[in-house]
Amino acid sequence: MPTSPIDADLIRQSATVLAAAIAAGEVSSREVVQAHLDRIGEVDEAVHAFLHVTAHEALETADTVDAKRAAGDPLGPLAGVPLALKDVLAMRGVPTTCGSRILEGWRPPYDATVVERLRDADVVILGKTNMDEFAMGSSTEHSAFGPTRNPWDLERIPGGSGGGSAAAVAAFEAPLAVGTDTGGSIRQPAAVTGTVGVKPTYGGVSRYGLVALASSLDQAGPCARTVLDAAHLHAVIAGHDPRDSTSIDAAVPDVIAAAQRGDVRGMRVGLVRQLDGEGYAPGVRQRFAEAVEILTHLGAEIVEVDCPHFEYALGAYYLILPSEASSNLARFDGMRYGLRAGDGSDASVESVMSATREAGFGAEVKRRIMLGTYALSSGYYDAYYGQAQKVRTLIRRDFDAAFDKADVLISPTAPTTAFRLGEKLDDPLAMYLNDIATIPVNLAGNAAMSLPIGLSPDDGLPVGLQIMAPAMADDRLYRAGAAVEGALYDRWGHLLIEEAPAL
Amino acid sequence: MSASTASTKPTSPVPFDEALTRYEPVLGLEVHVELGTESKMFCACPTAFGAEPNTQVCPVCLALPGTLPVINSIAVESIIRMGLALNCTIVEWCRMARKNYFYPDMPKNYQISQYDEPICVDGYLDVVVPLPDGEGTTTVRVGIERVHLEEDTGKLTHAGGATGRIHGADYSLVDYNRAGIPLVEIVTKPITDTGALAPAVAKAYVAELRDIMRGLGVSDVKMEEGSLRCDANVSLNRPGDEWGTRTETKNVNSLRSVERAVRSEIERQAGVLDAGGRITQETRHFHEDTGVTTPGRSKEQAEDYRYFPEPDLVPIAPDAAWVEQLRATIPEQPSIRRARLAQDWGIGAFEMESLVNAGVLQLVETSVEEGVEPDAARKWWAGELLRVANERGVEPQDLPVAPGDIKRVEELIAAGTINDKLARSVFDGIISGEGDADAVVAARGLTVVSDDSALLAAIEQALVDQPDVAEKIRGGKVAAAGAIVGAVMKATRGQADAGKVRTLLLDHLGVAEG
Repeated sequence: MPTSPIDADLIRQSATVLAAAIAAGEVSSREVVQAHLDRIGEVDEAVHAFLHVTAHEALETADTVDAKRAAGDPLGPLAGVPLALKDVLAMRGVPTTCGSRILEGWRPPYDATVVERLRDADVVILGKTNMDEFAMGSSTEHSAFGPTRNPWDLERIPGGSGGGSAAAVAAFEAPLAVGTDTGGSIRQPAAVTGTVGVKPTYGGVSRYGLVALASSLDQAGPCARTVLDAAHLHAVIAGHDPRDSTSIDAAVPDVIAAAQRGDVRGMRVGLVRQLDGEGYAPGVRQRFAEAVEILTHLGAEIVEVDCPHFEYALGAYYLILPSEASSNLARFDGMRYGLRAGDGSDASVESVMSATREAGFGAEVKRRIMLGTYALSSGYYDAYYGQAQKVRTLIRRDFDAAFDKADVLISPTAPTTAFRLGEKLDDPLAMYLNDIATIPVNLAGNAAMSLPIGLSPDDGLPVGLQIMAPAMADDRLYRAGAAVEGALYDRWGHLLIEEAPAL
Repeated sequence: MSASTASTKPTSPVPFDEALTRYEPVLGLEVHVELGTESKMFCACPTAFGAEPNTQVCPVCLALPGTLPVINSIAVESIIRMGLALNCTIVEWCRMARKNYFYPDMPKNYQISQYDEPICVDGYLDVVVPLPDGEGTTTVRVGIERVHLEEDTGKLTHAGGATGRIHGADYSLVDYNRAGIPLVEIVTKPITDTGALAPAVAKAYVAELRDIMRGLGVSDVKMEEGSLRCDANVSLNRPGDEWGTRTETKNVNSLRSVERAVRSEIERQAGVLDAGGRITQETRHFHEDTGVTTPGRSKEQAEDYRYFPEPDLVPIAPDAAWVEQLRATIPEQPSIRRARLAQDWGIGAFEMESLVNAGVLQLVETSVEEGVEPDAARKWWAGELLRVANERGVEPQDLPVAPGDIKRVEELIAAGTINDKLARSVFDGIISGEGDADAVVAARGLTVVSDDSALLAAIEQALVDQPDVAEKIRGGKVAAAGAIVGAVMKATRGQADAGKVRTLLLDHLGVAEG
């Protein structure tokens, strides 16, 4: 893997290289952070990855790290390295909007566990990134604050919901970002921006402070430009948290060692029959086929696996997610924080709640709240939510059976490359179909990664490879991901992201 | 909200006894008990009653975006013990559920509760119900449908307007201190075939529940502070008919109100039915002042709470061995214990009730176990010691009086060393930290004057001092002897045996006891 000299452009360095250089005193955290703030100043008007830049706090933190280093104090593993935080994670005193008007003016009085761990690791948070409102979407067009644009082509979407985090990393505004993935919101943006994104095992990273979309599906994870960088960030944010009852009380798999090892010899790699073929763009399929060849060449054993219930995943997902969301989003009522609309001396509580939600939520959020409210209604519960939970069990069994035959499973991350802004905005179903390959993992709760495997010959835009691993075997993602990444680097002589046009 | 035919056409209640000649009542009681855990159901906030509004809150119980609940294991332990005390089955696996509805006293706009998977199911409670006109008691078995865990809501105060109710208020204030306090809901199976005893059964059931919770130490069960709340479901049907439509009466804030509310609702429903009306399924409010219920929220269009399993919490799966350990900690059911003790001590239900009400039953029992005679233990704990405790503003059990002290005082009385009056002084000394009974007797010089000559001298002096009284006694007015006895007791600073003084006085004057 590349180890460029540190005197090169700071913003193009990997987090691993930056951390080592800062630790060695070759460069200060302030210089690194300032370089990224400058980059944000130059390109973010066009990209719009950030909703809020915490420049002052970032530089202060950088200075603290530099002072600690000068004093010989112990430093965290990613000390002084800047990071962009998806605006769905609570950060004390900093606006947290979830891409929604309804949280206007709210500044959390507490830190999410992920934020606490980043602070403990001496990571420098540059600001909050744009997202589809309450993480509902696959394009970031549903942000109340305007869309983020894909650094590869500003007329195209950066994926969603975490388009801001992926675009910030792809546009060299930050070497690392934290995203959240409910149905593909880390992986699909990674695929369409030529970056790496990981959805850890459900329960692997604490959800405390992650504003819930769908509690049983949400999971925070790393966004980066290299597999090893993602592993370093994964190691920092993962681990048991007593404040999240669904957090797994077990050791975090050694993802860093796996990424460093990067070898698939003897690994059984399963091709999921249901996640290929119809609906997948030819250019996507071509790059995917090449990735399979690379894995074979690297010594992996390719097997075909059948996951017959995956075809019901999208339907189940669009019952479970809206159901949970309709309940999770009930608290946004103008009574305690955020937007309050329709207030007046003779306004009733009900009318203020109603006016606030009418004014504060966007169309997609309202659509899903209505879907979920309906699905949970008395008389419909068994037919919708109940059935969807059964499908979920069947999908989990499909995975169990597939992992009997294979150590990891692979598929294209998304059926297409980045589509144009506005192209699917009026067709929710087409938008939902973009997550067809990523959703099964969220339903089953296991782990998955997306990494870039080249540009589609159709349109010259990045294509992503999805690698899926069993629950708590996240290390396998990094082992296989680093192997593919290394082989492609050897072939191209650079990372794919280096081919992105200048902004 | 549209008013129903039944409530627009006011009907007169039917007198209770008459109502029972035509209708059979069916009861269902839902009791909410606030657990006395140190911290709330899903966060570490304290649960103390009466703190300044919104001072016992944190991001979790305010449900700030991103926060998550973590279940209080003490609350789980408490409810399992409650379920065991109510003879319930403790399920092997269950989940919390979200009950969704919008209301500003609930920061999440859903309540974490239990729906179709309660943790304790299918129990019963035998309650002792007094029969009318003091004809003894009867035991009624009340079936327990379920006992489940949930969280309390915050508290709204409606300001302005005349009623203090939400309608007509100018604005409302909300206090979230109570939001998230662990709450246990105990739901009975329908209670049938109680006839005219229905109100008394309801009261006895709630009283027994209260005593059980107190015995388990899981709640302070103070109805006036809302840590025990009862909703009474009542319906009437003609004998042989299907059960009638029920109403749910809330705001029942004392044991007496439980009885009155059920009674009043039976009378009201009988009036409606007699007039050919229809009972509206609704929530009603009980008014302590007037003793009647008035309609609240109509439940004709039942609210859809859209229950689903709480995805932020993992299932509760109590280990069977643990449940058995907890079973071993369940004390004897209070009514059974009281009946046993009353028999052992040879006292009636009334005396037993006064010990319970005075909060000294446990103290008496402990004293008896330590060898004090039951009568003596009752006399001291329900009398002098209770008085001193009240005077000092402490609970009787907090007085530094050990069973051994009572035992020794009784021995001293039996030996004639002290009398009852001096015994009070002995207790005063013990409570004031002057040492044990013997030490106090010695230090305060508290021995009965038993020397007859000394007493006679005092008697003669008193007769000289009060010649008119002496004359009356000599004339046969024995009742006047009290004045002389009193004077002697005063002269001996209480250290004489009053009975003995009286005997000596009458002997001295040659007058026979009247």
